[in-house]
Amino acid sequence: MQAFAESLSVTPLSFFIQQELWVIPWLQIVHIVALALVFGSVFMIDARILGLTGRSQTMTQTARRFIPWVWIGTVVLAISGSLLIIGEPVRSLLNPFFWIKMTLLAIALISTAAFQTSLNRNPAFWEEDHAWRGYIRILAVVALLVWCGIIVAGRFIAYIENFAVY
Amino acid sequence: MDITSIAQWASELPISQFIQTSSWAFPTIEAIHVIAIAMVFGVIAIVDLRLLGIASGSRRITEVARDCLHWTWIGFALAVITGSLMFISNGTVYITNNFFLWKMGLLALAGINMVIFEMITARTIANWDDGTASVPFAAKLAGLLSLAFWFGVIITGRWIGFTLYQIPF
Repeated sequence: MQAFAESLSVTPLSFFIQQELWVIPWLQIVHIVALALVFGSVFMIDARILGLTGRSQTMTQTARRFIPWVWIGTVVLAISGSLLIIGEPVRSLLNPFFWIKMTLLAIALISTAAFQTSLNRNPAFWEEDHAWRGYIRILAVVALLVWCGIIVAGRFIAYIENFAVY
Repeated sequence: MDITSIAQWASELPISQFIQTSSWAFPTIEAIHVIAIAMVFGVIAIVDLRLLGIASGSRRITEVARDCLHWTWIGFALAVITGSLMFISNGTVYITNNFFLWKMGLLALAGINMVIFEMITARTIANWDDGTASVPFAAKLAGLLSLAFWFGVIITGRWIGFTLYQIPF
C-alpha cells in the first residue's frame, strides 16, 4: 500500500491537485454537499422507519423519493473522494481513519442495497406492525449511526497527526 | 467592550483552553458540525426542491415542510452549538478571517430569505400548495436562494479551515 500510495503521488494528476491550492478545498466542498444530500436522504428514510416523519407516505413512496439521491450522491462522493485520494495518497491510504471510514461505508452501502431489495420484494414487511418491528427500528438507528461514523472518521483523516503513535 | 476583547476573554475560558489543547476535542466538535450541516442542507434541500418543482411534486408543500423543517432546526441548533464551541476556542483569529465573516453574512441572508418567505410569500400558500396551480415566482426564488445561501455557507465554511493559519490543511 505504501508503494502504491507513493506511485500514485507522482502521477501528473496528483501533481496537479497538490500544486493548485484551490483544488482540494473545492473537492472537499463538493464532497460535503454530496454528503449532505446522502445524509439528508438516509435520515428521511430512517426517520420514516422510526415513525418520526413522513407518516402520510408509505415506505415504498419514501424509498422511491429518497433512495435515488443516496446513489446519485454516492457517485459524486466516490468521484470527489477518489480525486482527494489521488491528491493526497499517502495522507489517506496509509491512514487508519480512512480504512475505518471505508469499512463503515461498505456496511452502509450494502445495507442500503439490501433494504432496497427487501422493500421491493416484500413491502408489507417494512410497512406493517409485526414482531420484527423493534428489530427494524434498531436497524434504522444503527444505519444512521454508521453514516455518522463515516462522517466522523472522514473528518478525523485530517487529524491523524493528533493521534499518530509512530 | 469591543468584539476583539470579548473573543479574547472567551478564548481564555477553561472550555476554550480544553478545546485548544485536547487532541480529540476540536476534531470531534468539527465532525459533529459536519453531521449537523449535512442534516441542515440535506433536509432543507428537500423543501427547496419542492418549491422549485424538481422533487416531491405529488405532495403538498406544507406537508413536505411539516415533515422536514423541524429536523432542519434540530440540525441548525447542533451546528450553532458546535460552531460556537469551535469559535470560542480561537475567536480572535476567526473574527479576522474573511471567509468566517462571509459565512456569517450568508447565514444572515439565509435567515432573512426564510423570514420573507414565511411572513409574506407563504401567506397565499393555500392557493398553490397542492401542485395543481403553479408555484409563484417569489416562492421559487425563495427555494433557489435558500439552496444558494446554504451552498455558500458550506463553501465559505470549508475555506475557513484552509485560511485560518495561512497554511493549507
